[in-house]
Amino acid sequence: MLEIKNLHVKLEDEDKQILKGVDLTVPAGEVHAIMGPNGSGKSTLSYVLSGRDGYEVTGGEATLDGESLLEMEPEERAAAGLFLAFQYPVEIPGVGNMTFLRTAVNAQRKARGEEELSSADFLKLIRQKAATLKIDSEVLKRPVNVGFSGGEKKRNEILQMAMLEPSMCILDETDSGLDVDAMRLVAEGVNALRSPDRAFLVITHYQRLLDHIKPDVVHIMADGRIVRTGGPELALEVEQNGYGDLLAEVG
Amino acid sequence: MMADTAVLAAQVPAVEGKVRPGDAALAARLDALDLPRGGFTRAAREDAAQRLQAMGLPGARDEYWRYTDPAPFNAARPEPVEFGADASTLFTGIERLNLVFVDGRFDAAASDVLDVEGVEIESLAAAEAAADHWAAGLYGRLETAGQVPVKRPFAVLNTLAAAEGVLIRVTGKVERPVHITYRRSAPDADVYLHHVVKLEEGAELTLLESGAIGARSNVVIEADLGRGARFHHISAKRANDPKLGLGHIFARVAAEALFKSFSLSVNGSMMRNEAVIEIAGDDAVAHIAAAVLGDGDTGRFHHDDTVFVTHAAERCESRQVFKKVLKNGAEGIFQGKILVKPGAQKTDGYQISQGLLLDEGSQFLAKPELEIYADDVKCSHGSTTGALDETALFYLRSRGVPKERAIVLLVLSFLADALDEIEDQRLRDDILGRLEDWLTARAGNSATA
Repeated sequence: MLEIKNLHVKLEDEDKQILKGVDLTVPAGEVHAIMGPNGSGKSTLSYVLSGRDGYEVTGGEATLDGESLLEMEPEERAAAGLFLAFQYPVEIPGVGNMTFLRTAVNAQRKARGEEELSSADFLKLIRQKAATLKIDSEVLKRPVNVGFSGGEKKRNEILQMAMLEPSMCILDETDSGLDVDAMRLVAEGVNALRSPDRAFLVITHYQRLLDHIKPDVVHIMADGRIVRTGGPELALEVEQNGYGDLLAEVG
Repeated sequence: MMADTAVLAAQVPAVEGKVRPGDAALAARLDALDLPRGGFTRAAREDAAQRLQAMGLPGARDEYWRYTDPAPFNAARPEPVEFGADASTLFTGIERLNLVFVDGRFDAAASDVLDVEGVEIESLAAAEAAADHWAAGLYGRLETAGQVPVKRPFAVLNTLAAAEGVLIRVTGKVERPVHITYRRSAPDADVYLHHVVKLEEGAELTLLESGAIGARSNVVIEADLGRGARFHHISAKRANDPKLGLGHIFARVAAEALFKSFSLSVNGSMMRNEAVIEIAGDDAVAHIAAAVLGDGDTGRFHHDDTVFVTHAAERCESRQVFKKVLKNGAEGIFQGKILVKPGAQKTDGYQISQGLLLDEGSQFLAKPELEIYADDVKCSHGSTTGALDETALFYLRSRGVPKERAIVLLVLSFLADALDEIEDQRLRDDILGRLEDWLTARAGNSATA
């Protein structure tokens, strides 16, 4: 599914190397977690994969189902099946959540040569998915993320994911700013989307999200590289001992 | 009586003893016009002629014309301009009373029958002959009052020179909006229109304006709102119409009345819209808003909104919302003032002006002013100029929305506060739809950008 080889990335405007040779493979059907201290490059990795401006790839490659991602526009990556759930979902006043989602769903369908969803079909689908995420239908009518609580914003991200049905989902610190109940709801939403055709890359500081979204593989990132890879027990190790010991070990 | 035109200005001697630099220009300006003699408006026209002689035309050094060069409006005649066929269907899906003006002349055959319950409505030219007209005391009155403290010579010129317009007196609650449709015919039409709207106590009216007025236009609206009256005004001039446009709206808002004016400008050449609102009675509300989109790639774009709101009563609310989206060297201007007079306690005044610059060559200039002589008021103003929010753009694109479409959505998002000032949802949807179509078509054109 997702294959990253020796990826090097620097900031476009500054002479600052952020990623220094990331190697990562996420096969279909699996959930991988990336943990790591602040500034290790986790969020940069998610942005570079989804095509945000401001970064310059200085080496390596990243492919989704064999297709090179790095030359694509962000919308092309989305149509190819990539989805990034934002750490800080953006507020867009004046654009209805429903309009936004319908535009996105149909733009992707069009890009893939599929038929666009009719108004009625779209409404039916979104109501059903919103209900499972306990998103109030009033929230759907409001402008995108405007006046949403932290929990509503994150659930709205998962709703978008559910509607867009991407094959590769990246969750960037989706647990930040959530209380336990909200986190559980979000995790349930994610778990409901787990399937043999879909992979997840869950970026988080804390182990607690991984209690709810059980990963198959855990990676530790530090100083722009994946420094350790293991099973779910690695997350517990981080939780108990912090990153200090682990990083000292890798040297 | 109307066919009887005379050069009124010739009857008025120039200011005694001295010749000012602008006098020759004013003389040439007036000389090029067929000034109507007027029937019931004759006294107002004579008064305007005198006032204009005393005032002169604005010059480039005039502080009030600091950001907009008055020269094209001072010229004796406009340059002829080519314009395309008008395929606009704005407001046509709405049950309304349609009045058509072609090059500033009322076209009765193309208009609906002027018969609506609760409204007296007629064209100015047709009404001039009336002996005892309700508008006799009104024509030019709010315009004259609006000359203090800032002079607005082009409005005086309008009172003097406008042979046509619509006179509307409303006594009831009118469901059906009155729609003034402008059409162009001659490439060099220099059009003067003077509309007078009087809403009696508790009356309600929605006035719509759309279309292309002329190569150069000068339109004045005087709106007198009685106690508890509600007046909604929406003006959406034709998109992409190359023109020089001057507009003035003078309003007097009595106690508990509501005044709301929204204007949409999409491309065109050079426009200056002045709004002069006097909130004269307690507990009244006045809102004025504009959404402006200018792309300089089809020629010069310069759009100036100049607003003066006076609070002269207690517990009144005023709101100014101006949004301009500018590209390819387009220029957006906003001069907005809130004056709170002594005794106008509990005033709630708000003003926001924002420019969205889609490239580095465009500019937005704002001059917000507050002048407050009461001590228990709430007044705020804000002005921002910025580019598109890159994070929001990335967010939309990361969901699969193509860049061009994402920009359209963000432009609409930027304009939303101004559009929200249109209360009637059908009208808002109509304007929004038109805006979206235009933006989408433009996005397609510049897909290589």
